[in-house]
Amino acid sequence: MPDAAEPETAELRENREQQVERLAHRFAFERRTFFRLLGNGVLVGLAAGGAPAQESGRRRFFERHPLPRAISAWLHIAPTGRVTVYTGKVEVGQNIRTSLAQQVAEELHVEMGSIRMIMGDTLLTPFDMGTFGSRTTPTMGPRLRRVAASARDILTGLAARRWKTPRAGLVAENGKIRNPRTGASLSYGELTEGRKIARTIEDDPALTPAAEWRIAGHAAPKVHGRRFVTGEHRYTPDLALPGMLTGKVVRPSAFHARLVECDASRAHAMPGVRVVRDGDFVGVAAPDMATAARAAAAVRARWQAPRQISSRELYAWLRRTARHEEGRFAHTSGTPPAADAPGLKRLQASYEIAYIAHAPLEPRAALAEWKGQRLTVWTGTQRPFGVQQELAAAFHLPLEHVHVIMPDTGGAYGGKHTGEAAVEAARLARAAGRPVKLIWTREEEFTWAYFRPAGVIDIAAAVDAQGHIAAWEYDNYNSGPAAIGSPYRSRYSRIEFHPCDPPLRQGSYRSLAACANHFARESHMHDLAVLAGQDPLEFRLKNIPDPRLRAALRRAAARFGWAARRRLPGRRGFGLAGGFEKGGYVATCAEVEISGRELRVTRVVEAFDCGAVVNPNGLRNQIEGAIVMGLGGALREDIEFDNGRILNPRFSQYKVPRFADLPEIEVALIDRKNERSFGAGETPIVGIAPAIANAICDATGRRLRSLPMLRLGRLPA
Amino acid sequence: MRLLVNGKAHELEAAPDELLLWVLRDKIGLTGTKFGCGEGECGACTVLVNGRPVRSCQVPAAAAAGKPITTIEGLERNGRLHPVQAAFLRHEAFQCAYCASGMIMSAAGLLARNPKPSERQIRAAMNGNLCRCGTYSRILKAVRAAALASRKRA
Ligand code: FES
Ligand code: FES
Repeated sequence: MPDAAEPETAELRENREQQVERLAHRFAFERRTFFRLLGNGVLVGLAAGGAPAQESGRRRFFERHPLPRAISAWLHIAPTGRVTVYTGKVEVGQNIRTSLAQQVAEELHVEMGSIRMIMGDTLLTPFDMGTFGSRTTPTMGPRLRRVAASARDILTGLAARRWKTPRAGLVAENGKIRNPRTGASLSYGELTEGRKIARTIEDDPALTPAAEWRIAGHAAPKVHGRRFVTGEHRYTPDLALPGMLTGKVVRPSAFHARLVECDASRAHAMPGVRVVRDGDFVGVAAPDMATAARAAAAVRARWQAPRQISSRELYAWLRRTARHEEGRFAHTSGTPPAADAPGLKRLQASYEIAYIAHAPLEPRAALAEWKGQRLTVWTGTQRPFGVQQELAAAFHLPLEHVHVIMPDTGGAYGGKHTGEAAVEAARLARAAGRPVKLIWTREEEFTWAYFRPAGVIDIAAAVDAQGHIAAWEYDNYNSGPAAIGSPYRSRYSRIEFHPCDPPLRQGSYRSLAACANHFARESHMHDLAVLAGQDPLEFRLKNIPDPRLRAALRRAAARFGWAARRRLPGRRGFGLAGGFEKGGYVATCAEVEISGRELRVTRVVEAFDCGAVVNPNGLRNQIEGAIVMGLGGALREDIEFDNGRILNPRFSQYKVPRFADLPEIEVALIDRKNERSFGAGETPIVGIAPAIANAICDATGRRLRSLPMLRLGRLPA
Repeated sequence: MRLLVNGKAHELEAAPDELLLWVLRDKIGLTGTKFGCGEGECGACTVLVNGRPVRSCQVPAAAAAGKPITTIEGLERNGRLHPVQAAFLRHEAFQCAYCASGMIMSAAGLLARNPKPSERQIRAAMNGNLCRCGTYSRILKAVRAAALASRKRA
């Protein structure tokens, strides 16, 4: 069996991310099929990439033509008034099912309850690159708003024709078009008259400005919230099909191991057990979980693995294998100050960032079913269309024969871009001739998924006597180029990202390298401020030109009580960090308490600005969650590995934040009604590690430059 | 063996090494109880046995035979949510909500034996439950609110 594709590296992903809107879109659906599936009504699609020049400004009915292939979003209004929205985006806890529905409700002038969102289904929804990079809010949000506004416009037109009255003056409200002059009103459903009306829109309808939002911009309860507190929602591991078997993979002894010998006779002999060996893949399918575990354990496999790099050698290895890539990831401006320039104070340091794991609480899982040469797989992934491609490649199938369905999933954080479990379940199901469900164990999730890239960052900087930055030299090894650009003014700067040979399989993680780059940069800025004899806040305000970032810093500092903070040396410390990434401005203040080698983060205040806020409650939830998750990577999370094995693949060994670690958290939202809305799943995580590091330094005078900062739960001796 | 789940008796066969978690999920079809780690470290699989929170991934089904078992599906009464469920919903104490069943069961177990828990007792009782999305502060709010609501109702 071919290997599942490697996850994209951070830089490749970023590169691709920018192409999301330009890519050719695939759409296998014909108009007729669509109406057969949905019933009659009004169907509005948005042409991907906007208006073809020759048609702009004109609306086109195409009742007798198949829908064009290049469509990025759909909306259907049934004669019953039911609204169905189709998007390839997926829900992994970031709450876009709710925030997208809010935006549709806003522009269509209907209640949220009448909207059904169909998401991440390769048969039903338009192609989508995937749900990552905080792209849903800035791209899919406006698209769906345009589709909804156009649908409202079409319905208004239908009403005008029916009443033989000019459309100006007709009012759309609450799922109805009303004529205030006559008092007549018709519901959207009635207006469809049971006909089939399909249209793509190419021009930009007027959208409701954020300042006038009535549904968007306000807190909305999570769609289907009740199903989650009653256990009713079915995540992938909860699905079942008649005759379904439970799958289990026999894992190699180490990464890159080859299977040299395999005796599966004992497993074969177990009743109801099916063993599959295909190249280096060995797995079993069994009637239940206990039998599957027993069968997998009964397989005697001998593996041969090459010698591999261990955590101890990690940082030296990264430096040794680093490449210099001219142009692409290197940026220089200004000229370096002379070595003997008077009045300059210099500071040079290196920072280290360990490999960490996403560890979503729902591990990778998939349910696969074959019908002849057609394959259907349910799986929790951020890229259903990517997994569809992986499956088509793995089984040599035409893309249209593979259907991937993504149930709302238990966490991803950038860690579910790939389809390992999907490919494995499908392989087992094909051999067994029955549907197979595979749920990865926690050890598998910690071992065979991919990791946030480890990295080394070197910074050499200088400040002048006035506290201005005179030089900024920055080299990032392996962790990635996201947010590598500095928001600080510097007379000279050289910034480079160096790709290396990663010893572990690595890929995206919430905010990518923005965590690492902010940790290094914001730690260094604190020290430069101290070197220049300035308050860390004043130093930042002086050197950061962007007014929105300055505003975020001021806001967090004011809420935190930065100016009034009391110094109790050796016991309590206060730290500040700020940054910008993916349309979001963030500023984080942290307070720590230290006694001996014990550290407690007692209070965190974060200000966040991502433009016009769509769902303030959902946004707060994301920010609070990002702070907690970031706390883990800052203090304790660290993948230890040795010669192709993960040494701590359990929650008892790999420590993620718990209730006991929870600081008091305050979030200050900066809602800018006149600015475009950006996503918030990622950027709020970048400030917490440097804010804590700066607070520790403030309290103890000691600079910790290695993530995670704690050793066995305590400050390093 | 006979399992008493949410007030209903189920006669079924299970091998001695079959864990309560998988019997509930795969043999009885109650999938509200989640698998998160299989080592007793995350609490996603929490159910009540004899009214006490138990990690169902650590208990052989046989050990729970004959004892009253409550899962997330058994908390609702006549279409009314349990105060803990209602509080989780109102405070939106989740993101992906994969942890929610276990969180709610741990909290329901706590409030059943201690209707007036202190902040420290709440944190201690909940500390074995992980929320990777980091919604802990909302969960604490929800548990406090549920404690208050149950006391008012009682
Ligand atoms: S699955 Fe039982 S404690 Fe994690
Ligand atoms: S809400 Fe996702 S794990 Fe708690």
